[in-house]
Amino acid sequence: MDSHAIAAQTAEPAQLEHEHPAFLRHHFENVAQQREAATFGMWLFLLTEIMFFGGLFCAYLIFRNWYYPAFVAGSHTLHIWAGTLNTTLLIISSFTMAMAVHAAEVRHRTPLLRWMIITIVLGCGFLCVKAYEWHDEWVNHHVPGLNFSIREFTHTNPAYPADKPLAPDMAEKTQIYYSLYFVMTGMHALHMIIGVGLLTILLIRARAGAFTNGHIAPVENFGLYWHFVDIVWIFLFPLLYLISRHQ
Amino acid sequence: MEQHPQEHHHHFPHPEMGASEPTHTPFRIVSPKTYLLIGGCLLVLTAATTAISYVELGVFNAVVAIAIACIKASLVVLFFMHIKYSSKLTKLTVASGIFTFLVLITMTMTDYASRAWGRW
Repeated sequence: MDSHAIAAQTAEPAQLEHEHPAFLRHHFENVAQQREAATFGMWLFLLTEIMFFGGLFCAYLIFRNWYYPAFVAGSHTLHIWAGTLNTTLLIISSFTMAMAVHAAEVRHRTPLLRWMIITIVLGCGFLCVKAYEWHDEWVNHHVPGLNFSIREFTHTNPAYPADKPLAPDMAEKTQIYYSLYFVMTGMHALHMIIGVGLLTILLIRARAGAFTNGHIAPVENFGLYWHFVDIVWIFLFPLLYLISRHQ
Repeated sequence: MEQHPQEHHHHFPHPEMGASEPTHTPFRIVSPKTYLLIGGCLLVLTAATTAISYVELGVFNAVVAIAIACIKASLVVLFFMHIKYSSKLTKLTVASGIFTFLVLITMTMTDYASRAWGRW
Protein backbone atom coordinates (compact mmCIF):
# COMPACT_ATOMS: atom_id res chain seq x y z
CA MET A 1 0.00 0.00 0.00
CA ASP A 2 1.39 3.42 -0.89
CA SER A 3 1.41 6.46 1.38
CA HIS A 4 -1.57 8.04 -0.37
CA ALA A 5 -3.72 5.07 0.53
CA ILE A 6 -2.62 5.40 4.19
CA ALA A 7 -3.42 9.09 4.16
CA ALA A 8 -6.78 8.51 2.54
CA GLN A 9 -8.06 6.05 5.10
CA THR A 10 -6.93 7.71 8.35
CA ALA A 11 -9.50 9.73 10.21
CA GLU A 12 -7.10 11.38 12.67
CA PRO A 13 -5.78 14.91 12.15
CA ALA A 14 -2.32 15.18 10.59
CA GLN A 15 0.56 15.32 13.02
CA LEU A 16 3.55 17.12 11.49
CA GLU A 17 4.49 15.15 8.37
CA HIS A 18 2.89 11.92 9.68
CA GLU A 19 -0.64 11.65 8.34
CA HIS A 20 -1.83 9.00 10.77
CA PRO A 21 -2.38 8.74 14.57
CA ALA A 22 0.86 8.97 16.55
CA PHE A 23 0.18 5.57 18.16
CA LEU A 24 0.03 3.75 14.80
CA ARG A 25 3.36 1.97 14.28
CA HIS A 26 4.83 2.20 10.81
CA HIS A 27 4.96 -1.55 10.22
CA PHE A 28 1.15 -1.76 10.41
CA GLU A 29 -1.09 -0.70 7.56
CA ASN A 30 -3.77 0.78 9.78
CA VAL A 31 -5.12 0.92 13.34
CA ALA A 32 -7.45 -2.07 12.87
CA GLN A 33 -4.54 -4.28 11.79
CA GLN A 34 -2.38 -3.08 14.70
CA ARG A 35 -5.22 -3.81 17.13
CA GLU A 36 -5.77 -7.31 15.71
CA ALA A 37 -2.04 -8.09 15.97
CA ALA A 38 -1.98 -6.90 19.61
CA THR A 39 -5.00 -9.05 20.50
CA PHE A 40 -3.45 -12.08 18.78
CA GLY A 41 -0.15 -11.59 20.64
CA MET A 42 -1.92 -11.18 23.98
CA TRP A 43 -3.87 -14.39 23.46
CA LEU A 44 -0.68 -16.29 22.59
CA PHE A 45 0.72 -15.13 25.95
CA LEU A 46 -2.49 -16.21 27.69
CA LEU A 47 -2.16 -19.69 26.09
CA THR A 48 1.22 -20.10 27.82
CA GLU A 49 -0.52 -19.06 31.05
CA ILE A 50 -3.24 -21.67 30.50
CA MET A 51 -0.57 -24.37 30.18
CA PHE A 52 1.26 -23.05 33.26
CA PHE A 53 -1.79 -23.17 35.52
CA GLY A 54 -2.96 -26.30 33.66
CA GLY A 55 0.10 -28.17 34.94
CA LEU A 56 -0.76 -27.17 38.50
CA PHE A 57 -4.40 -28.24 38.06
CA CYS A 58 -3.20 -31.56 36.65
CA ALA A 59 -0.89 -32.16 39.63
CA TYR A 60 -3.76 -31.31 41.98
CA LEU A 61 -6.11 -33.83 40.33
CA ILE A 62 -3.52 -36.62 40.39
CA PHE A 63 -2.55 -36.13 44.04
CA ARG A 64 -6.20 -35.72 45.06
CA ASN A 65 -6.88 -39.17 43.60
CA TRP A 66 -3.85 -40.68 45.32
CA TYR A 67 -4.27 -39.18 48.79
CA TYR A 68 -8.00 -38.60 48.73
CA PRO A 69 -8.68 -38.63 52.53
CA ALA A 70 -5.82 -36.17 53.14
CA PHE A 71 -7.13 -33.79 50.46
CA VAL A 72 -10.66 -33.96 51.88
CA ALA A 73 -9.38 -33.26 55.42
CA GLY A 74 -7.21 -30.39 54.14
CA SER A 75 -10.10 -28.85 52.20
CA HIS A 76 -12.30 -29.00 55.31
CA THR A 77 -9.98 -26.55 57.09
CA LEU A 78 -10.55 -23.76 54.52
CA HIS A 79 -13.14 -21.02 55.12
CA ILE A 80 -15.85 -21.42 52.51
CA TRP A 81 -17.11 -17.87 53.23
CA ALA A 82 -13.69 -16.44 52.38
CA GLY A 83 -13.55 -18.33 49.08
CA THR A 84 -17.08 -17.22 48.16
CA LEU A 85 -16.35 -13.61 49.13
CA ASN A 86 -13.17 -13.61 47.04
CA THR A 87 -14.94 -15.13 44.03
CA THR A 88 -17.57 -12.39 44.31
CA LEU A 89 -14.93 -9.64 44.57
CA LEU A 90 -13.07 -10.96 41.51
CA ILE A 91 -16.22 -11.29 39.40
CA ILE A 92 -17.28 -7.73 40.23
CA SER A 93 -13.74 -6.55 39.41
CA SER A 94 -13.95 -8.31 36.03
CA PHE A 95 -17.20 -6.44 35.38
CA THR A 96 -15.64 -3.09 36.36
CA MET A 97 -12.60 -3.83 34.14
CA ALA A 98 -14.92 -4.60 31.22
CA MET A 99 -16.59 -1.24 31.89
CA ALA A 100 -13.16 0.45 31.90
CA VAL A 101 -12.45 -1.01 28.44
CA HIS A 102 -15.85 0.25 27.31
CA ALA A 103 -15.07 3.75 28.64
CA ALA A 104 -11.80 3.73 26.65
CA GLU A 105 -13.65 2.57 23.53
CA VAL A 106 -16.14 5.45 23.71
CA ARG A 107 -13.33 7.86 24.76
CA HIS A 108 -14.75 8.97 28.11
CA ARG A 109 -11.86 9.77 30.42
CA THR A 110 -13.66 10.27 33.77
CA PRO A 111 -15.55 6.94 33.67
CA LEU A 112 -12.33 5.24 32.51
CA LEU A 113 -10.45 6.53 35.58
CA ARG A 114 -13.37 5.66 37.88
CA TRP A 115 -13.73 2.06 36.66
CA MET A 116 -9.96 1.55 36.83
CA ILE A 117 -9.85 2.77 40.45
CA ILE A 118 -12.77 0.52 41.47
CA THR A 119 -11.00 -2.45 39.80
CA ILE A 120 -7.78 -1.71 41.74
CA VAL A 121 -9.71 -1.43 45.03
CA LEU A 122 -11.52 -4.75 44.40
CA GLY A 123 -8.22 -6.45 43.48
CA CYS A 124 -6.66 -5.20 46.72
CA GLY A 125 -9.75 -6.39 48.62
CA PHE A 126 -9.22 -9.88 47.18
CA LEU A 127 -5.58 -9.85 48.27
CA CYS A 128 -6.57 -8.73 51.80
CA VAL A 129 -9.00 -11.65 52.20
CA LYS A 130 -6.33 -14.01 50.83
CA ALA A 131 -3.77 -12.60 53.30
CA TYR A 132 -6.25 -13.16 56.13
CA GLU A 133 -6.66 -16.79 55.07
CA TRP A 134 -2.91 -17.38 54.80
CA HIS A 135 -2.42 -15.85 58.24
CA ASP A 136 -5.10 -18.15 59.59
CA GLU A 137 -3.34 -21.15 58.04
CA TRP A 138 -0.04 -20.04 59.58
CA VAL A 139 -1.63 -19.73 63.04
CA ASN A 140 -3.14 -23.22 62.67
CA HIS A 141 0.21 -24.85 61.66
CA HIS A 142 -0.94 -25.60 58.09
CA VAL A 143 2.14 -24.29 56.25
CA PRO A 144 4.32 -27.21 55.00
CA GLY A 145 8.04 -26.81 55.57
CA LEU A 146 7.70 -23.72 57.74
CA ASN A 147 5.01 -24.25 60.33
CA PHE A 148 3.22 -27.58 60.06
CA SER A 149 1.64 -30.05 62.45
CA ILE A 150 -0.47 -33.12 61.69
CA ARG A 151 -2.14 -32.85 65.12
CA GLU A 152 -5.38 -31.40 63.76
CA PHE A 153 -5.76 -34.26 61.27
CA THR A 154 -5.11 -37.12 63.69
CA HIS A 155 -8.01 -35.78 65.79
CA THR A 156 -11.63 -35.14 64.85
CA ASN A 157 -12.28 -31.74 63.23
CA PRO A 158 -15.01 -30.05 65.34
CA ALA A 159 -16.51 -28.52 62.18
CA TYR A 160 -16.82 -32.00 60.65
CA PRO A 161 -17.59 -34.30 63.62
CA ALA A 162 -18.55 -37.16 61.25
CA ASP A 163 -14.98 -37.25 59.82
CA LYS A 164 -12.80 -40.04 61.12
CA PRO A 165 -9.32 -38.94 62.26
CA LEU A 166 -6.61 -39.80 59.73
CA ALA A 167 -3.86 -42.33 60.36
CA PRO A 168 -0.51 -40.55 60.93
CA ASP A 169 0.93 -41.50 57.50
CA MET A 170 -2.16 -40.21 55.65
CA ALA A 171 -2.24 -37.12 57.92
CA GLU A 172 1.31 -36.34 56.70
CA LYS A 173 -0.05 -36.29 53.13
CA THR A 174 -2.17 -33.23 53.95
CA GLN A 175 1.15 -31.41 53.42
CA ILE A 176 0.81 -32.20 49.69
CA TYR A 177 -2.67 -30.64 49.71
CA TYR A 178 -1.36 -27.51 51.43
CA SER A 179 1.74 -27.33 49.21
CA LEU A 180 -0.46 -27.32 46.12
CA TYR A 181 -2.89 -24.93 47.82
CA PHE A 182 -0.12 -22.42 48.57
CA VAL A 183 1.54 -22.76 45.15
CA MET A 184 -1.76 -22.36 43.28
CA THR A 185 -3.24 -19.55 45.37
CA GLY A 186 0.25 -17.99 45.65
CA MET A 187 0.83 -17.95 41.87
CA HIS A 188 -2.68 -16.62 41.43
CA ALA A 189 -2.07 -13.90 44.03
CA LEU A 190 1.25 -13.02 42.31
CA HIS A 191 -0.71 -12.52 39.09
CA MET A 192 -3.16 -10.31 41.03
CA ILE A 193 -0.29 -8.22 42.49
CA ILE A 194 1.26 -7.80 39.02
CA GLY A 195 -2.21 -6.92 37.69
CA VAL A 196 -2.83 -4.26 40.34
CA GLY A 197 0.65 -2.82 39.63
CA LEU A 198 0.09 -2.70 35.86
CA LEU A 199 -3.37 -1.20 36.29
CA THR A 200 -1.91 1.53 38.53
CA ILE A 201 0.57 2.43 35.76
CA LEU A 202 -2.28 2.47 33.20
CA LEU A 203 -4.31 4.67 35.59
CA ILE A 204 -1.49 7.22 35.83
CA ARG A 205 -1.16 7.28 32.04
CA ALA A 206 -4.94 7.54 31.60
CA ARG A 207 -5.00 10.53 33.98
CA ALA A 208 -2.49 12.20 31.67
CA GLY A 209 -4.89 11.69 28.76
CA ALA A 210 -3.84 8.35 27.30
CA PHE A 211 -6.26 5.63 26.01
CA THR A 212 -9.14 8.01 25.23
CA ASN A 213 -7.66 9.06 21.87
CA GLY A 214 -8.57 5.83 20.06
CA HIS A 215 -5.44 3.98 21.26
CA ILE A 216 -7.14 1.42 23.50
CA ALA A 217 -4.90 -1.63 22.97
CA PRO A 218 -3.04 -1.38 26.35
CA VAL A 219 -6.31 -1.11 28.31
CA GLU A 220 -7.96 -3.80 26.21
CA ASN A 221 -5.05 -6.25 26.58
CA PHE A 222 -4.75 -5.58 30.29
CA GLY A 223 -8.47 -6.39 30.48
CA LEU A 224 -7.78 -9.77 28.83
CA TYR A 225 -5.08 -10.46 31.45
CA TRP A 226 -7.36 -9.45 34.33
CA HIS A 227 -10.23 -11.63 33.06
CA PHE A 228 -7.83 -14.55 32.63
CA VAL A 229 -6.73 -14.26 36.27
CA ASP A 230 -10.44 -14.22 37.19
CA ILE A 231 -10.98 -17.47 35.22
CA VAL A 232 -8.10 -19.18 37.04
CA TRP A 233 -9.81 -18.35 40.34
CA ILE A 234 -13.19 -19.53 38.98
CA PHE A 235 -11.58 -23.02 38.77
CA LEU A 236 -9.44 -22.79 41.93
CA PHE A 237 -12.51 -21.97 44.04
CA PRO A 238 -14.44 -25.24 43.46
CA LEU A 239 -11.31 -27.42 43.38
CA LEU A 240 -9.86 -26.15 46.66
CA TYR A 241 -12.95 -25.15 48.65
CA LEU A 242 -16.10 -26.84 47.36
CA ILE A 243 -15.78 -30.33 45.89
CA SER A 244 -14.62 -32.03 49.11
CA ARG A 245 -17.29 -30.58 51.41
CA HIS A 246 -19.32 -33.79 51.65
CA GLN A 247 -16.67 -36.43 51.10
CA MET B 1 -23.58 -4.52 13.49
CA GLU B 2 -23.93 -1.71 16.03
CA GLN B 3 -21.09 0.78 15.94
CA HIS B 4 -20.55 3.75 18.21
CA PRO B 5 -20.69 7.09 16.41
CA GLN B 6 -17.63 8.41 18.27
CA GLU B 7 -15.43 5.56 17.12
CA HIS B 8 -13.32 6.10 14.04
CA HIS B 9 -13.18 3.22 11.65
CA HIS B 10 -10.17 2.21 9.66
CA HIS B 11 -11.14 -0.16 6.90
CA PHE B 12 -8.73 -2.34 5.05
CA PRO B 13 -8.25 -0.85 1.62
CA HIS B 14 -7.94 -4.13 -0.28
CA PRO B 15 -11.24 -5.65 -1.40
CA GLU B 16 -10.13 -9.18 -0.43
CA MET B 17 -9.57 -8.03 3.17
CA GLY B 18 -13.21 -7.43 3.98
CA ALA B 19 -15.30 -8.84 6.81
CA SER B 20 -14.71 -12.40 5.60
CA GLU B 21 -10.94 -12.04 6.10
CA PRO B 22 -9.99 -14.31 9.05
CA THR B 23 -7.80 -11.65 10.67
CA HIS B 24 -10.37 -8.91 10.41
CA THR B 25 -13.78 -8.34 11.90
CA PRO B 26 -15.79 -5.12 12.11
CA PHE B 27 -14.94 -3.32 15.35
CA ARG B 28 -17.80 -3.71 17.77
CA ILE B 29 -18.32 -2.05 21.14
CA VAL B 30 -20.11 -4.33 23.61
CA SER B 31 -22.80 -2.42 25.50
CA PRO B 32 -22.67 -1.89 29.30
CA LYS B 33 -26.06 -3.64 29.47
CA THR B 34 -24.46 -6.85 28.19
CA TYR B 35 -21.63 -6.55 30.73
CA LEU B 36 -24.14 -5.99 33.55
CA LEU B 37 -26.21 -9.00 32.48
CA ILE B 38 -23.14 -11.27 32.27
CA GLY B 39 -21.79 -9.97 35.61
CA GLY B 40 -25.19 -10.72 37.20
CA CYS B 41 -25.21 -14.24 35.74
CA LEU B 42 -21.70 -14.86 37.10
CA LEU B 43 -22.75 -13.75 40.61
CA VAL B 44 -25.88 -15.94 40.51
CA LEU B 45 -23.77 -18.94 39.39
CA THR B 46 -21.30 -18.26 42.22
CA ALA B 47 -24.13 -18.26 44.76
CA ALA B 48 -25.51 -21.44 43.15
CA THR B 49 -22.24 -23.35 43.23
CA THR B 50 -21.64 -22.44 46.89
CA ALA B 51 -25.21 -23.38 47.85
CA ILE B 52 -25.05 -26.69 45.95
CA SER B 53 -21.79 -27.59 47.71
CA TYR B 54 -23.81 -27.82 50.95
CA VAL B 55 -26.08 -30.47 49.41
CA GLU B 56 -24.91 -34.08 49.57
CA LEU B 57 -24.64 -35.31 45.97
CA GLY B 58 -21.82 -37.83 46.26
CA VAL B 59 -19.59 -37.83 43.19
CA PHE B 60 -21.87 -35.28 41.52
CA ASN B 61 -20.76 -32.52 43.91
CA ALA B 62 -17.50 -32.32 41.96
CA VAL B 63 -19.21 -32.75 38.56
CA VAL B 64 -21.72 -29.95 39.21
CA ALA B 65 -19.07 -27.60 40.68
CA ILE B 66 -16.73 -28.07 37.68
CA ALA B 67 -19.62 -27.76 35.21
CA ILE B 68 -20.70 -24.43 36.77
CA ALA B 69 -17.06 -23.24 36.69
CA CYS B 70 -16.90 -24.11 32.96
CA ILE B 71 -20.11 -22.15 32.28
CA LYS B 72 -18.73 -19.14 34.21
CA ALA B 73 -15.40 -19.29 32.38
CA SER B 74 -17.20 -19.49 29.01
CA LEU B 75 -19.27 -16.38 29.83
CA VAL B 76 -16.11 -14.48 30.79
CA VAL B 77 -14.25 -15.56 27.61
CA LEU B 78 -17.17 -14.92 25.24
CA PHE B 79 -18.37 -11.56 26.56
CA PHE B 80 -15.86 -9.91 28.92
CA MET B 81 -12.96 -11.01 26.67
CA HIS B 82 -14.97 -10.25 23.49
CA ILE B 83 -14.35 -13.63 21.83
CA LYS B 84 -17.96 -13.74 20.62
CA TYR B 85 -17.20 -10.59 18.61
CA SER B 86 -13.61 -11.42 17.59
CA SER B 87 -12.02 -12.39 14.29
CA LYS B 88 -11.74 -16.01 13.19
CA LEU B 89 -8.00 -15.92 13.90
CA THR B 90 -8.56 -14.95 17.54
CA LYS B 91 -11.35 -17.50 17.97
CA LEU B 92 -9.13 -20.23 16.55
CA THR B 93 -6.27 -19.18 18.85
CA VAL B 94 -8.48 -19.48 21.94
CA ALA B 95 -9.94 -22.80 20.76
CA SER B 96 -6.46 -24.25 20.16
CA GLY B 97 -5.41 -23.17 23.67
CA ILE B 98 -8.40 -24.92 25.27
CA PHE B 99 -7.82 -28.00 23.10
CA THR B 100 -4.15 -28.23 24.12
CA PHE B 101 -5.12 -27.84 27.77
CA LEU B 102 -7.66 -30.70 27.42
CA VAL B 103 -4.95 -32.86 25.82
CA LEU B 104 -2.68 -32.12 28.81
CA ILE B 105 -5.38 -33.13 31.31
CA THR B 106 -6.88 -36.15 29.53
CA MET B 107 -3.63 -37.75 28.35
CA THR B 108 -2.03 -37.39 31.78
CA MET B 109 -5.08 -38.58 33.68
CA THR B 110 -5.53 -41.53 31.28
CA ASP B 111 -1.95 -42.58 31.94
CA TYR B 112 -2.21 -42.24 35.70
CA ALA B 113 -5.61 -43.95 35.88
CA SER B 114 -4.67 -46.95 33.73
CA ARG B 115 -1.27 -47.91 35.14
CA ALA B 116 -0.93 -51.04 37.27
CA TRP B 117 0.31 -49.12 40.27
CA GLY B 118 2.63 -51.17 42.50
CA ARG B 119 2.49 -54.20 40.20
CA TRP B 120 5.66 -53.87 38.18
